[in-house]
Amino acid sequence: MTKYTFTEKKDTRSGFGAGLHELGKSNPNVVALCADLTGSLKMDAFKKDFPERFFQVGIAEANMMGLAAGMTIGGKIPFTGTFANFSTGRVYDQIRQSIAYSGKNVKICASHAGLTLGEDGATHQILEDIGMMKMLPGMTVIVPCDYAQTKAATLALGSHEGPAYLRFGRPSWPIFTTDRPFVIGKADKMIEGKDVTLFATGHLVWEAIEAEAILAQKGISVELINIHTIKPLDVEAILASVEKTGCAVTCEEHQINGGLGDSVAQVLSRFRPTPLEMIAVNDSFGESGTPTQLLKKYGLSAANIVAAAEKAIARK
Amino acid sequence: MAQPDYSQLKKTASQIRRDIVRMVHACQSGHPGGSLGCTEYFVALYFHIMKHNPAFNMNGKGEDLSFLSNGHISPVFYSTLARSGYFDVKELATFRKLDSRLQGHPATHEHLPGVRIASGSLGQGLSVAIGAAQTKKLNGDDRFVYVLMGDGEQQEGQIWEAAMYAPHNKVDNLIATIDYNGQQIDGPVDKILSLLDLKAKWEAFGWIVQEFNGNKIEDVIAGLEKAKTLAGKGKPVLNLMKTEMGFGVDYMMGSHKWHGVAPNDDELTKALAQLEETLGDY
Repeated sequence: MTKYTFTEKKDTRSGFGAGLHELGKSNPNVVALCADLTGSLKMDAFKKDFPERFFQVGIAEANMMGLAAGMTIGGKIPFTGTFANFSTGRVYDQIRQSIAYSGKNVKICASHAGLTLGEDGATHQILEDIGMMKMLPGMTVIVPCDYAQTKAATLALGSHEGPAYLRFGRPSWPIFTTDRPFVIGKADKMIEGKDVTLFATGHLVWEAIEAEAILAQKGISVELINIHTIKPLDVEAILASVEKTGCAVTCEEHQINGGLGDSVAQVLSRFRPTPLEMIAVNDSFGESGTPTQLLKKYGLSAANIVAAAEKAIARK
Repeated sequence: MAQPDYSQLKKTASQIRRDIVRMVHACQSGHPGGSLGCTEYFVALYFHIMKHNPAFNMNGKGEDLSFLSNGHISPVFYSTLARSGYFDVKELATFRKLDSRLQGHPATHEHLPGVRIASGSLGQGLSVAIGAAQTKKLNGDDRFVYVLMGDGEQQEGQIWEAAMYAPHNKVDNLIATIDYNGQQIDGPVDKILSLLDLKAKWEAFGWIVQEFNGNKIEDVIAGLEKAKTLAGKGKPVLNLMKTEMGFGVDYMMGSHKWHGVAPNDDELTKALAQLEETLGDY
């Protein structure tokens, strides 16, 4: 049985910063734009080493999205950086028309997503962004789970063609995927099991790992699949897993409407009706608090995943 | 650059105006007013000012680029592209119809040659043009980027984000133009949401601003040639181009009524009688 531990914690946004810096070295066409959050997005290294390819746009995100779309004309690969709220909701129409509908090769990189942003509160804790972005035709949506995977996803986006949304966060989080392969659109089966499948994304992959340990002690065999790419969704991996386990739980730091749970439910209801429980925020805004307090209060912690898994198994 | 052949350019403008009215009539929808008002601008750009290649390449390296931000005046854009060789003029007959590359508002989705960005939702084209201009600088490409905006569109907030950005970043290979016809859908711009002193506003944002008449081809060419000499000095250039909505068709002129209304059969006949067929109708 595969077990995951960690020796180091880091924020996923630092994985983005490290990946972007490497891309700056390896690909002269990569450019970066930032809306007055260079330090928060960990874009300092790119800015320092490639100042001519770094564009400070000020607190003007709509303009940033248009600039990025325009910069692709002539062959640049723009990576935009700001908080997830300002990367999506604030600029949805700009993304829709100038980037998605226009088919531009822009990488929208979004930090401080979800409840684990913590103390800043609900104005900044966007929980609707996955839904907004996955609805746009042609948009790739990636939600990595730790520092290593965020860095790998950033690097992968450097050679990916087309509009993409990369969602990551602020808190220091266990690093546990350093040796795992990362391929856009290919789910990562992290633990093999037979009683229930946990489909987890982002920070909640670690919560799912902790839930698996508790469930294992209870004699329940868990299959854990890391769905780092929400779109295009790895339908084959999802169906193959529930074929074996017969029930599933989705785990995400997002509204229950519009997120990973919705996507998995759509696949299951169309191709293989299966008992499904969803760990997500239940149609509510967040609030100030520490990441751990918030995950607990809003029902997204390992204990909640354990209860949901038992419920899913009971429904088989 | 060769001297402009004004006689030929005026013939081209007349044909494009016929195309506009016929396209909008054929599908009984679209925006004739602004299209007619901006015909001289498009003719000047595509038939004299710009270095461009109708064998279309999205990246346009080594070419001047033109963006249309107020995408609803797509009829004049499409006719200009067809008449300058980007695609067969016969395709103008498909405007706004099912399975056409000539969407109601310009789009790249159907791969229509000559279109580099979708527009229609207002306020976005200036940002895109600035981005393209900055890429030209990174690529060591010394050609210009042109962008046309509406005056009603100046009410969009994103315009002013972009207006702040370009001078701060010395984007001086950019020539923006406002179609200053004073009309928007619901009425005169000054009645809907006044722009007050637009020239002073753009100057205060750090742009070089000049004004010219947009419905006389000689003035448009002189204005755009002058803009090129003003460019390259550390600041972007803005043209306040005074036009008349509906120019060239008497009953459409000077009113917001023909912003987005198609002529009926009688009105079409009346309009075409005022516009000489010079290059052959599509």
